[in-house]
Amino acid sequence: MAGVGGGNDFQWCFSQVKGAIDEDVAEADIISTVEFNYSGDLLATGDKGGRVVIFQREQESKNRPHSRGEYNVYSTFQSHEPEFDYLKSLEIEEKINKIRWLPQQNAAHSLLSTNDKTIKLWKISQRDKRAEGYNLKDEDGRLRDPFRITSLRVPVLLPMDRMVEASPRRIFANAHTYHINSISVNSDHETYLSADDLRVNLWHLEITDRSFNIVDIKPANMEELTEVITAAECHPHQCNVFVYSSSKGTIRLCDMRAAALCDRQSKFFEEPEDPSSRSFFSEIISSISDVKFSHSGRYMMTRDYLSVKVWDLNMENRPVETYQVHEYLRSKLCSLYENDCIFDKFECCWNGSDSAIMTGSYNNFFRMFDRNTRRDITLEASRENSKPRAILKARKVSTGGKRKKDEISVDSLDFNKKILHTAWHPKENVIAVAATNNLYIFQDKIN
Amino acid sequence: MFPKGTKRKFSDSGDEPAAGGEDVNQPSSVAVRMLSSYSLQRQSLLDMSLIKLQLCHMLVEPNLCRSVLIANTVRQIQEEMTQDGTWQIMTQALSAANAAAQCSADRLVATEVLCRQTEATQGEQVLKPFPAVGSEGCPAEEEEEVVVEEEGEGGVTMSTVSPQAPTSYLPGTFGMDPCWEEENGEDEEEDEDSEECGSGSEEGDSDRLVGDSRTAEQVFGTFEIKNPAPSPDPALEELFSDVDASYYDLDTVLTGMQSAPKMGPYDLLESLSSHGPSTLSSSTSCRSDLNELDHIMEIIVGS
Repeated sequence: MAGVGGGNDFQWCFSQVKGAIDEDVAEADIISTVEFNYSGDLLATGDKGGRVVIFQREQESKNRPHSRGEYNVYSTFQSHEPEFDYLKSLEIEEKINKIRWLPQQNAAHSLLSTNDKTIKLWKISQRDKRAEGYNLKDEDGRLRDPFRITSLRVPVLLPMDRMVEASPRRIFANAHTYHINSISVNSDHETYLSADDLRVNLWHLEITDRSFNIVDIKPANMEELTEVITAAECHPHQCNVFVYSSSKGTIRLCDMRAAALCDRQSKFFEEPEDPSSRSFFSEIISSISDVKFSHSGRYMMTRDYLSVKVWDLNMENRPVETYQVHEYLRSKLCSLYENDCIFDKFECCWNGSDSAIMTGSYNNFFRMFDRNTRRDITLEASRENSKPRAILKARKVSTGGKRKKDEISVDSLDFNKKILHTAWHPKENVIAVAATNNLYIFQDKIN
Repeated sequence: MFPKGTKRKFSDSGDEPAAGGEDVNQPSSVAVRMLSSYSLQRQSLLDMSLIKLQLCHMLVEPNLCRSVLIANTVRQIQEEMTQDGTWQIMTQALSAANAAAQCSADRLVATEVLCRQTEATQGEQVLKPFPAVGSEGCPAEEEEEVVVEEEGEGGVTMSTVSPQAPTSYLPGTFGMDPCWEEENGEDEEEDEDSEECGSGSEEGDSDRLVGDSRTAEQVFGTFEIKNPAPSPDPALEELFSDVDASYYDLDTVLTGMQSAPKMGPYDLLESLSSHGPSTLSSSTSCRSDLNELDHIMEIIVGS
């Protein structure tokens, strides 16, 4: 069976699943963000309870050359706590909205994690050696009487159980009136942006008491508000360029060199609406839930409710590619509006070579599109296909009257099982898929 | 398919405007049915959206994106209804259905209800002066079941909502603009608004209706006096037979509401389907609804 992301003989296999199996899922355990670091050796997840769990890939062992390293828990820490805004009498959720890794500069790893209001820079460091044989101190730390020291020795480093500690190094607070939806590290590795519903701020990683507001779409009269910012990202190579998407299905590319306040975009991406498919839900389903630059920096991808679009940064009037994720939902929009599923914010991601893209859907389905072959595949993240190295079977949703065997009808889809967050390893064909409180890791079959 | 308790709507099949438009050349009865079916669907969508906007206010901190999208949808529906002339019909029908004195009060009341903010619990919501036109606050589940079976009754206007919202919104309630526009130039916090509503009203007794200090008894007391006795409506009896009075905090309020004439939504729908798009002359402005929307948007995002 042909797959996506590699050649014709490519297939996806189950690798691991993390998380409890209970039917009763605690709200706090629901995964809200997934992100690989730059090397792919670390995989971070954030959940609604404000916790961050980092998995590290084990080194491939010589005895089992055919299995890639597994991801095991490396560090767990409470990143954000619930807060109370006394001024507004509102609770601030501790849910982690986004995690973004910083490029590694020394032995420690750093990441940014954010909830609705506050961004924190965490440093994760490990110690697996300790020094023994100090001259001035005893083994238990007491100072030795200098007169008793008769000889000098060189302390030796002895292995110890690995200890991983996470410490908050910076807290970037009080800069956002509205809910933060995105953070993005700049290619200069010194600054990063954070975006809420109406504003985008630029921070320096070292400075926490100040940030620059670079986009402000708040109208003077809030009654005139009809559009909000839904996502923002820095260009992967050009440190002066960033994009932000809106609830009206538009993307604005801004150049920070042009002005201090980038309210006037350099480029404006919008696909003209198809008048024949216009309905009362047209605007809602055009709202962009995620925007991601390709690794090359030449393209960007946007996710709206029913489709994924790839845009060439040099062409503003329409996307170069459009992929339908679950077009069969178009006739169900009224029900999806009623049960609020129409407001679900799906994310999307590129593979390392930008040849394939992936995004989630309902019923724990997720979809992958190969940009070269134009093939697509629907896979399911479920415990049923969770035998080690079990090949994932392609799933299909039947849209017509006749339902073939193995197909699932639209009405049987479970809209509570939604895959909003997925991540693709930056170099290899390994993907992480968050299904409610479970994290699935799939990889390509090694022939 | 959907989370527990949600029934699929008949409006699932084809909520496209084109469906209604294409059939103009067909036999008139079919066309009328298609058009009114479209109107009903649109109406139900409007109601649903209004409920969602109201529920937004009840949440811990409203999701701005969601609120904006829903408000835009409401605006879009209203614009279309204004173009159809349906909007004028609704406001006219509602003024015809109620006594003139009550009418303006209802409009004021309606807006104020819509403006209600976060502290509104279910009980409090029931407390609020409800538009006379019969949002009796039956649990939506029961409403919905009846609605589907008795389409002709026009029960579609009863919003299909999650059971948390005991109230249902009717089209008229939102669109009661003319009064609003006349009286209220500035759009400030809702408390100030309601006061402005009250002060500017041309009807004396409506002054009493608006504002937090108004008691429900006053509202519904007035209502009972002013409105004609309800005609026995078997559908409605069936609706209320399932209502559990203990669901509400204030039995007095509920009693007041239940004994109030319940002809509002049904009459409205009948008038809607029987009237052509623009048979009624409209003396009311169409722009006021947009102003009101702006005001509501401001309430939603203002804090």
